[in-house]
Order: sequence, then C-alpha cells, then structure tokens
Amino acid sequence: MKSIDFREIEGRSLGYYALLAFFGVLVLIGLGAAYYMETNGHHVTGMNNQIVWGIPHVFAVFMIVSASGVLNVASIASVFGRTMYKPLARLSGLLAITLLIGGLTVLVLDLGKPDRLIVAMTTYNFKSIFAWNIFLYTGFMVVVAVYLWMMMERRMNVHTHTAGLAAFIWRLTLTTGTGSIFGFLIARQAYDSALLAPMFIIMSFSFGLAIFVLYTMAAYNLTGRPLGDAILRRLKNLLGVFVASVLYFVVVYHLTNLYMTAHHDFERFILLDGGVYTALFWIGQILIGSIVPLVILFHPRLGGSRRMIALAAALVLVGAFCQIYVIIVGGQAFPLILFPGKIVSSSFFDGAIGQYRPSLPEIALGIGGVSLALAMTTFAIKVLPFLPASLADSDVDPHQAAVKATETAHA
Amino acid sequence: MAMNQKKRILGAWITAIVAIAVCFGAAYALSGGPDTPVPSPLTGVYLGKGKKCVAPVSVMRRYHMQFLLNQRTLTVHEGIRTKRFLLTNCVDCHADPKTHSVLGKHGFCASCHEYAAVQIDCFSCHSPHPQRLTAESAITLAPQHSRLAEMVKTTAITQIQSDPVDGPQ
Amino acid sequence: MSIDRRQFLTVGGAVLASVALAPGMRLIELAQARSPDEAVTSLQRWGMLVDTTRCAEGCSACVTACNKENGLQQNVRLDIRPQWIRTVTLRDEHTGYVQTLPMMCQHCEEPPCADVCPTGASFRRADGIVLVDRHICIGCRYCMMACPYKARSFVHENLTDQRANVPRGKGTVEACTMCVHRVDEGRIPACVEACNSDGGKALTFGDMKDPASEIAKRLATQQSEEIRPDLALDTGVRYQGL
Repeated sequence: MKSIDFREIEGRSLGYYALLAFFGVLVLIGLGAAYYMETNGHHVTGMNNQIVWGIPHVFAVFMIVSASGVLNVASIASVFGRTMYKPLARLSGLLAITLLIGGLTVLVLDLGKPDRLIVAMTTYNFKSIFAWNIFLYTGFMVVVAVYLWMMMERRMNVHTHTAGLAAFIWRLTLTTGTGSIFGFLIARQAYDSALLAPMFIIMSFSFGLAIFVLYTMAAYNLTGRPLGDAILRRLKNLLGVFVASVLYFVVVYHLTNLYMTAHHDFERFILLDGGVYTALFWIGQILIGSIVPLVILFHPRLGGSRRMIALAAALVLVGAFCQIYVIIVGGQAFPLILFPGKIVSSSFFDGAIGQYRPSLPEIALGIGGVSLALAMTTFAIKVLPFLPASLADSDVDPHQAAVKATETAHA
Repeated sequence: MAMNQKKRILGAWITAIVAIAVCFGAAYALSGGPDTPVPSPLTGVYLGKGKKCVAPVSVMRRYHMQFLLNQRTLTVHEGIRTKRFLLTNCVDCHADPKTHSVLGKHGFCASCHEYAAVQIDCFSCHSPHPQRLTAESAITLAPQHSRLAEMVKTTAITQIQSDPVDGPQ
Repeated sequence: MSIDRRQFLTVGGAVLASVALAPGMRLIELAQARSPDEAVTSLQRWGMLVDTTRCAEGCSACVTACNKENGLQQNVRLDIRPQWIRTVTLRDEHTGYVQTLPMMCQHCEEPPCADVCPTGASFRRADGIVLVDRHICIGCRYCMMACPYKARSFVHENLTDQRANVPRGKGTVEACTMCVHRVDEGRIPACVEACNSDGGKALTFGDMKDPASEIAKRLATQQSEEIRPDLALDTGVRYQGL
C-alpha cells in the first residue's frame, strides 16, 4: 500500500481567515461572559441553589465526552489495525485534544472561584472523582500528544501501536471518570447507578464520531480536497452502530429504574410529566437524536447521500446535547427524597421541581468553548500536516485501489 | 552528532544556566534578604489601639501573611482560636476608629497594600470592621462551659501581654 | 504512635472520668474543657437532637436566630437566598398528618460532600462538625450535588456586611456550621439558644460522646432516628417523633 500523503492546508484564503475570525469573536464573547459572571457572581446566571450545574456543564460534559470518543477513529487504526482508518488517525488525535481543552475551559471558567485554579492543581482529596479527573484530563492530553508525535514523526512510527494502545486505555478510563462524576452521587434518584459509567463510554463513541464525520466533511469540502465514498460509508455505518448502542443503554437504564419502585417517581418525571425535560427526552434525544439518524444512516438511498449523512451526524449531536441536558439539569430538577411517603414543602424548595432558565452569559460561555476547540483545530491543520491530501477511494482503500488498477490494465 | 555541534549545545546550556542564575541573584539582591526592612507608606494612617503589636513591627511587615496563613488552617481545621494571629483580632486593633475599617484610603491594610500593589483577598469574605465582642457573650454561656469561657478570656489576655513585642513604629 | 502532652492530658482526663464510679461534674468538665490553643479531638462529637413534637407550625425562632447570628442576607431572590436552617412541613400522603421540623446540615460522620470535594475544602472536623474551608473552596458545587439533605447553598453575589466571626463570600459553598465560632468558645448554637428561649424547646445540643451530657443520656434512653438512615451516614443531627 502506498504511503499516505499528509499535507498542511493552505489556509490563505479570505474564507479561512474569516472562519478563524468568526471563531475568535465567539471565543472573546465567551471570555467576556465568564468575566461578567465572575465579577457579578452567579446570580446573573440561571443557576441557583436547586440547579447548581447548568448549561456550562452541559457544554463541558458534551465536549469532554466527545473528546474521548473522537479518539476512537485513531484507535481503530492503531490498536485494531484497520488500515482504512489510518489516514484519519491524526485528525482524530488532534480533535481529542482540542475538544478536551474547550470543555475544560468552560468548566473552569464557570467555577465560583476560577482565580483559585492553582488550588485545584495543588490541593487534592483523592477520595474525590473530581480530583482523579484532574489527572485523567491532563494526562489524556499528554498521552494523546505523545501518540500524535509517534504517528507524525517517521522515526517513531514503530511505537504508534503502543502509544495508541496507551491512549485507548486512557480514554476509556477518562470517560469512566466523567460518568462516575454522576454515578457516584448516591443521594440523587437520577444518578445513583453504576450504569452511567459504561453509558458515558458508549455515548462518547457516538458523539465523538459524529463530530469527526462533520469536521472531516467540512474540512475536505472547504479545502476542495477529494473525499471518497468508501471511507464515508464506513464511518456512517459505524456511527449507526454507535447510535443504536446508545439507544440500547438508554433503554436499559430506564428499564432498571422502572423495575425499582423507589425510582418510579423519577421515571414518571423524565418520561411523562417533566415538561421541558420530557420533551427534550422524547423529541430531542430519542426522536431527533436517535431514531431519525438511524433511519437516515441505514436507509439504502438516504444513507448514500452526503448531505443526509452530514444531517444525520448533526442530528446525533443535537440529540447528544439534549441527552446531557436531561441527565445533568433534569436529574437535578427532580427533588431529593428526604422523607419517603410524605409531601414535603418549605421556603427552600424542598419537594419542588427545580426551576432553571439558561441565561445568555452561560450560553455564550459554552459556545465560546466550542469555538475555542474548533479554532484551535482549524489553526493546527494549517501549521502541521494533520490531513491527508486526498481521501479518495483509490488512495484510502487498498482493495479499491487494486480494483482500479486492474480496470486500467484491462482498458 | 558532530563534536563541534555537541560543544555548541553544551555552551548554550551553560549560557542559559548562568543567565537564569544571574536573574535570580539580581531579584534576590533587589528584594533584600529577610532582615531588610519593608518600605512603608504609613502616613496619616491609624496604626492601632495598643502600644505594641503581637510581634516586632519589622517581623509583622514581612511575615504577617505567613502568620495569617498558618493561623487560618489551625482555626478552620482544628478549632484553635488563640488570639495572637487571629484576623478578627488584627482588625479589632487596627481598624480606624473613624471609619471602623482597615480598608479605605487610609485603612491600615488597604493603604500599604495599595502602595505595594498587592491585592488582598481576605476581605471578600472577612469583615474589615471590628467585632463587638462584649460581656454579653459571657452571659449567654451554657453553664457547664463557663470555665472554658473564662479560660478563653484570660488566656487571650495573658498571651498578648506575655508575647515579646516592640513599639509600633 | 507517639502521643504528645495535649493528647495525653485529654485522653487521661477522659479515662479518669470514666473510671470514677460516680463521676462528679468537675471531672466531666475537665474532660470537656478545651483551651483555645488546643486542637479539637475525636473525644468529642457535637450533635443535636430535634424533638419534632415540640416544633410548632409557624414558629421560626431558630431560622431567625441563625440568619442574624451568621449575617445571612435576606434581600435576595428566594432561589439563591442562603438558608442554613429551614423549617420543612411534612404531610403524610395517606393520612394527611402534618408536622414541621428544622432541616440543616446533618453533620454526618461520613459526609458525602467531603468525599466528593476535589480540594478537600469540605471536611469533617475531628469533633464531628462538617465545615467548608472557604480558603480552598473553588466553587465547583460538586458537594451540593452530593449532599442528600440539600443542606448547602452557594454564595451567588458579592457580600459586604459579613459578621466578624462568620466570614462568607461570593463564589464559595456554605452550610450550617453548628455555630462553630460559638461552640469553640463554649457556647451553644444560636438556633438552639433561640429555640430554648422563644421557641418550643425542641432543640438539644451537646457532646454525644460525653455520657453525662443531656443529649447522650436522651439518645441512650429514648427513641431517635436519622433522616435517610438507608444511606448509613451516621448523622450528628437526630430527630424524634418523625
């Protein structure tokens, strides 16, 4: 098989600079929002003593989960030896790092005391999964950076498999850590489940791949580089499998809860009369985020259309956002059960559904984080060779190349 | 690797290390050792109630933050509330009787920190005003604890009196 | 294991008190008394007993006293207003029986907030009081997610009129401190004091490990329970008449 020709994108067009400037403005708005929230205090946000984690955390968890998932493409190439994915491995590693940085930036800027980040870096309570995550996240960036180096430096190529394996194990641990942030909360009806950690892993597979597909399609489209159908077909089939797996986990999660009488009230809240959360669950997560993409991806005609594949990936991301919103905000909105069998009321909203309305600064901060990740990626592919010059079928698939060669020979 | 190149790399390393050492040395010399007096802008600033501070002024100027940091951990985590380096005690004594505060233009803490361009983080949470701890606290004591309360009072007083100190200025 | 003078004295005091056949008040006092330069030890565990049958509907003496003692601002939106202690009304789903009781930090022996805190800012003091060290709190609110009792609140805005003994500030999490600044002086929490003078005398505060204290005697002889005993957190606040 001929070697892959990785090349920096030219990045001199007006469009390229306009795109970077667009992301840059959104990042600045996000930073401004964070500054506004910090100087005024969190009363300018929609968050309160009932809903303590809001939209910033939805954005952050969405990006952190996707960051670990997007690395899968590289893992498939290096760990499981699928040569077809090899040309995609560098971009996969790059997106993993940038998405994680974007997510962590949002998380950190939402802290009550972001100026004390140094405290979080120097004082640890190792019983806390959060403290573990600080190491898991920073370690992930280092491991993936080394992995990228092994891939991109010819002399180091022999170590790619080892580095890829390390990164793969690390990313599984990382997503387990992220899922456990919620899984370890014994007191809350929504989170008290060991199922959350594996569910977060499978969610990361799906969300990460959807981002990868969208970014690759956009990058190849905008740079005018060839992108073959063969690789897209593989990716979209894989995405379909992942979306179905997430759906399966969601069903199991709710079935387990439905089996436990103590969790019936919570299930009734999410599935039936939770208002916005019920709507987000059924319409956002299940219909838009799972069923419609599955139909598109596996439909014989629709699944062949690039526009439809891109639409399906985008819908998966919309569904992902809804899903994390339902998990984080919906899970908090359902009141804690202090006195089973009693109807509780107080001036502190005991027994009441938590009220939360996302505010503009919070949303701006989240969008700023996403823009930061995209801006970093878009800049990086200009300065270093992350993208193959061509992903045309004949350049990617050895089988396709052979067929083509025979065809030309016959002609 | 060529011998020449190796030598050049070694040379670069030596230069870098020497440069860093010079920088640190200069910084240390300019900042002064532990015995160098800290400059003070205290003009028109109310200095404090008593004749003496809880430690020599030169020591307090340089090390008050270390004392406070140490005390805060003792107080919050171990419940040790000896008055000597307790922030509330500092404020009680140093608050300006006119403004009732250690902050403000001529405030004891603020004026010096402004001069040194060091931001104080204490008073975003702590009160810059003196507390009004009067005899009423002794009255509300639970009877079985009155002995302890007595000890709190006497110890605090004797401790302040017995500490080695020098004049305020 | 080495034992220093302070530990020797406290352990010695406790041993003395327990061997004596009829421990006089004086010995007990010695075991309890802690000079201000002495660290708190696990020989004590401060706790509270709430007799809900004496807690009258509409009475808010404890809440008012807490707000005053700790300088909790009341002029803010209800959903971000700090409530270190609150009165909760319970109505039985089936029988309609109504009762009220105070809820606050339950000062768990195994506090979930301290388990999840990334920096160790949430911690349990050796004598059982659960606190937030605001100096190292980064404001992540993970403890608020973890607390089963909804006992914690977050300071959402800039504060200016804090009480000298109760430092509080924007961007940190807080909860009932069992009036630690008073307890360290040998006084009782403000809510208990207020309940005894203006309320229904429903609150009893004391050292649960001191067999001679009222709270220990009552806990040993009368029925009492924790809220959410299924979590096995061994709370320092216990209830009667639930």
